[in-house]
Amino acid sequence: MGLISWTLLIPLAGAGLMMFIPGRNLKDGEGASMFGWIALIISVLAMIVSIPLLTGFENGTAAYQFVEKITWIPEFGLDYHVGVDGISILIILLTTLMMPFAILGSFKYIQKRKKDYYIWLLLLEFTMLGALVALNLFIFYIFWELMLIPMFFLIGIWGGPRRIYATVKFVLFTVIGSLMMLVGIIYLALMAKQQLGAFTFTFSELTKLNLPIQPQLWLFAAFALAFAIKVPMFPFHTWLPDAHVEAPTAGSVILAGVLLKMGGYGFVRLAIPMFPQAAVQAAPILQLLAVIGIVYGACLALAQSDLKKLVAYSSISHLGYVMLGMFALTPEAIQGAILQMVNHGISTGALFLLVGMIYERRHTREIADFGGLAYRLPVFSVAFMIITLSSVALPGTNGFVGEFLILLGTFKGAWAYFVAQASIFRLVLMVLASTGVILGAFYMLWMVQRVFFGPLENEKNKALKDLSLREMIVLVPFIIAVFYIGVAPQGCLNKMEASVTHYIAEYQPDVLKQYKIDPKIEHAETPAETELHEPEAEAHH
Amino acid sequence: MELFIIVLLPLIGAVSNGIVTVINAARGKQVWGEKTAGVIAFGAVAASFVISVYMVFVKLAHSEAISQTAYQWMAVGGLKLSITFMLDHISAVMLLVVTGVSSVIHFYSIGYIHGDESSVRYFSYLNLFVFAMLLLILGDSMPLMFVGWEGVGLCSYLLIGFWYKDEEKAIAGKKAFIVNRIGDFGFLLGMFLIFANIGSLTIADVNHYFHANPGMTFFWINVTAICLFIGATGKSAQIPLYVWLPDAMAGPTPVSALIHAATMVTAGVYMVCRFHGLFLAAPIAMHVVLWIGALTAFFSATIAIFQNDIKKVLAYSTVSQLGFMFMAAGAGAFAIALFHLMTHAFFKACLFLGSGSVIHGMSGEQDIRFMGGLKSKMPHTYWTFLVATIAIAGFPPFAAFFSKDEILWNVFASEYGNKIVWVIGAIAALFTAFYMFRLVYLTFFGEFRGTHEQEHHLHESPKTMTVPLMILAVLSTIGGWIGIPKLLSLGFIPNVLEHYLEHAVSKYGEVHLHHYSHSIEYGLMGLSVAIAIAGWFFAKRKYAAIKGQLPDPATYKGISKLLYNKYWIDELYMKIVVNPLKSLSTNVFLNITDKRLIDGVANGSASSWGRVAMMFSKLQTGNIQSYGFYMIVGAALAVAFIWIIF
Repeated sequence: MGLISWTLLIPLAGAGLMMFIPGRNLKDGEGASMFGWIALIISVLAMIVSIPLLTGFENGTAAYQFVEKITWIPEFGLDYHVGVDGISILIILLTTLMMPFAILGSFKYIQKRKKDYYIWLLLLEFTMLGALVALNLFIFYIFWELMLIPMFFLIGIWGGPRRIYATVKFVLFTVIGSLMMLVGIIYLALMAKQQLGAFTFTFSELTKLNLPIQPQLWLFAAFALAFAIKVPMFPFHTWLPDAHVEAPTAGSVILAGVLLKMGGYGFVRLAIPMFPQAAVQAAPILQLLAVIGIVYGACLALAQSDLKKLVAYSSISHLGYVMLGMFALTPEAIQGAILQMVNHGISTGALFLLVGMIYERRHTREIADFGGLAYRLPVFSVAFMIITLSSVALPGTNGFVGEFLILLGTFKGAWAYFVAQASIFRLVLMVLASTGVILGAFYMLWMVQRVFFGPLENEKNKALKDLSLREMIVLVPFIIAVFYIGVAPQGCLNKMEASVTHYIAEYQPDVLKQYKIDPKIEHAETPAETELHEPEAEAHH
Repeated sequence: MELFIIVLLPLIGAVSNGIVTVINAARGKQVWGEKTAGVIAFGAVAASFVISVYMVFVKLAHSEAISQTAYQWMAVGGLKLSITFMLDHISAVMLLVVTGVSSVIHFYSIGYIHGDESSVRYFSYLNLFVFAMLLLILGDSMPLMFVGWEGVGLCSYLLIGFWYKDEEKAIAGKKAFIVNRIGDFGFLLGMFLIFANIGSLTIADVNHYFHANPGMTFFWINVTAICLFIGATGKSAQIPLYVWLPDAMAGPTPVSALIHAATMVTAGVYMVCRFHGLFLAAPIAMHVVLWIGALTAFFSATIAIFQNDIKKVLAYSTVSQLGFMFMAAGAGAFAIALFHLMTHAFFKACLFLGSGSVIHGMSGEQDIRFMGGLKSKMPHTYWTFLVATIAIAGFPPFAAFFSKDEILWNVFASEYGNKIVWVIGAIAALFTAFYMFRLVYLTFFGEFRGTHEQEHHLHESPKTMTVPLMILAVLSTIGGWIGIPKLLSLGFIPNVLEHYLEHAVSKYGEVHLHHYSHSIEYGLMGLSVAIAIAGWFFAKRKYAAIKGQLPDPATYKGISKLLYNKYWIDELYMKIVVNPLKSLSTNVFLNITDKRLIDGVANGSASSWGRVAMMFSKLQTGNIQSYGFYMIVGAALAVAFIWIIF
């Protein structure tokens, strides 16, 4: 059994084991906290097992690595077929690394039915990882749908007052999308039988299918709908704020950190490679929706009075950037988009943790109930400030690297279209998208000002306690990640480079391929460039 | 290596003081207090200054540029970025000014911040600012510059809102950050345009490309340059984005001196000089720079005349002086822009620190209507303040005489210059002399107009504060002598600055001056002196012998009311931008699109399905007769269907 299978098995088996430990209705004082510790140990084990995936990952190749393939039902082309490449590796690691902290972050928040809670959390990890490593479309679909079930219970049982409304909405929205995808999958399998002579669901086989443009467009639409709802893109986003607000802290963290990434991952892994012409045709529409999402999400974040809702709407805005970059189809933008998925997981995940911490203390999330907290909670405020800066993409933090690469690459693509077709549509989109950097600073800093600055007037806030050691341990890794990716992102970028380069070679539209930068610069003598690769070089002219 | 030490020393100071701030707060006891924090912060910056001096005068003495690379930052697709620092003659001037003035102000801060409970945090921010500023100066590519560019914005935000318990101050900080972000939006777009066209973002590549007959069209070159200039208007507080700077005076006074006068706000000027290859290829953008600079210089000078807050006067004066620097840059006189940047750093830092000393002595009072007669009580502050005022007013041989006169001369004579702009600049210079001497007379002359309590506490500031004032006063006096025009020195004293920058700023295109006779040049110079004297004369006549209380601003009428209220620009921005945005977000996007439209459709379709199902569920009566009836009807329909089809 390979590394990937172990990574999958540990949370699954751990959840299974926990089922046999009695104590479902134990209260806090009666030893219920042991379930939290058991879940923590299991998730840490999964994390440890997944680390060799990263350290043993070969940067130079676009091929799938750590591949495992076990034939299941050969007649229908159903195999247990898993592997990782540069596109999935970082998100997988994000999942396994984040899970222990999400669990540690819920120790205090969850007070009822602890056993069930941690079992669902581990199962959620299992299903998400499964979807990320699957190389067989059918297996992918199974995991994709399975993911809903743990989330359904996590929100439905441990959620806030309107949890039933939120869960139903969340499940209905996603299921409608998935059903369209299922139809598409069946159609694809039939096409495979027709063209290749046998049923197959293997990704790499399916991309070889020769699909006429009309069915391609329909299939792309079916897949895109499923993924766009998951991202979520405007106008399919309204389930997200409700789900976030009602979900328990760890649920929100995982939802924002990993679950939403499935949408973006689906686009880059499936929708674009399988239906490349359709994707290129649809790119302007998706980019338009992405830009609407950026601006619209930011405006809505501005209008919120609830901290968690504000963060939820900011997610919509941030994921707009991811989608914008993904459909720019330039290497800079795609790498930026993948990195930004990770970044968003880090910064928004941390924001939800922080909001959860303040909620545990005050049992309110209304911005108006706070004010002047910086004076009372200095450590909490510093952590919040750093994550806020990452969220507004301040240079030096991870958010900047992602956003910058996305905007830079998207602009390059837009410019190529402008030069080739004299169409300014994409350039206009770009300018609108860039206004997001202003709006982002506006709603985040306005919120910070109302929550942390000003006089400390509310009596209830005067008795608040600053972060405990456990809470600091939860937050520190996020803060380290913020600066590490911000200052030295090349390690992450190297992982995905080969895969993305390969990807670009296959799927980039001709307009972009043919675009060349002004040739005059290539012959220009530029002193800085010649010294670029020699560290410590000093130029004496 | 050395360049990295210069940059990293302040960062180490910032991080160590920052961590100590958090630990102090978390554990409730002091790891170290303000003394140690101050020494660390000052030491770090002073060491940076010393190494900078060594680098500039020893290492750079015989070469044009030094560049040092640390590691690869981002290499994606066509983008190759490394963490590389470059020291050339342009960045050298800026480096010395910034580390030098920073050292003085850090020293001053030790006395100023004494007794504040957050002093460790203060020094941490101050060091962090120097670090970001050095990144901005030394970064050899646009993105690295941008890191510093936004980094200084962050520190500005943190320091303006340093006393965050006062919500006004926190709001001023936020405003500064957001307005700067609007400018940064322009900077980013300019950067993207450049990358899409030339595939490189290093400063050398950019200048080289635009200098060497680029393939980009004339239109887009100008758009690119204007985008960058939008960034500069944000950072350097020019029309239309200057509104944040006067509010930024909410921060501690040394911060106003360091960030909002001497260093950060000049970053826009520095950037335009840095990319002079691009700007010289974009004549329309040059005109924009020239005009925006001139208009800003003029309008903010008019506002300064009617302000009563000592720091606000200086703030508008800073905006105005930055306008002068842009006028120089717009006229193609980049070396002169840097020259004025340097002299301004000296005299404006001196003025701000002087005002800090005054406020300190006045127990926190900032309104000059309640000052007066401080001359005898605070002699050191008075003398240094007066020297700096004479310098900014443009009296020879003080610093700004040379730099300001050169600016006006270049605007007059350069091929990019313009006689109308020259007139505007000359009037702005007149106003400058006037409002500065008004400030001096109202603050230091006449009789004391404050409360008895204030009069009782009135005292000269401690040595840690007055010594920096003296250093800066001396620099304000002699700082201009490194740029004495040949016309005055007749060749006996070399024009050190011009000579030093000559090659660096003409590498990517020369700017020609129209030919004028020496007599015209002398005449204009004389006019400059006359303007300074006139400004002083009018101020003296109006304010020197003032008796009794000054009128309340609420009673102002007509033009003074308009100028006191700063043309109501802030209110206008609130009305046409901020409030509509907020109401659009809440009333349209949230309440209509999201709740009614999207959720309405989603929930509506769910509930209508429910209703349809309810309708059919009514058929399930449990009554055998009904079911029998349905069966017969169903069978009949089926038969009819088959009959029709076949």
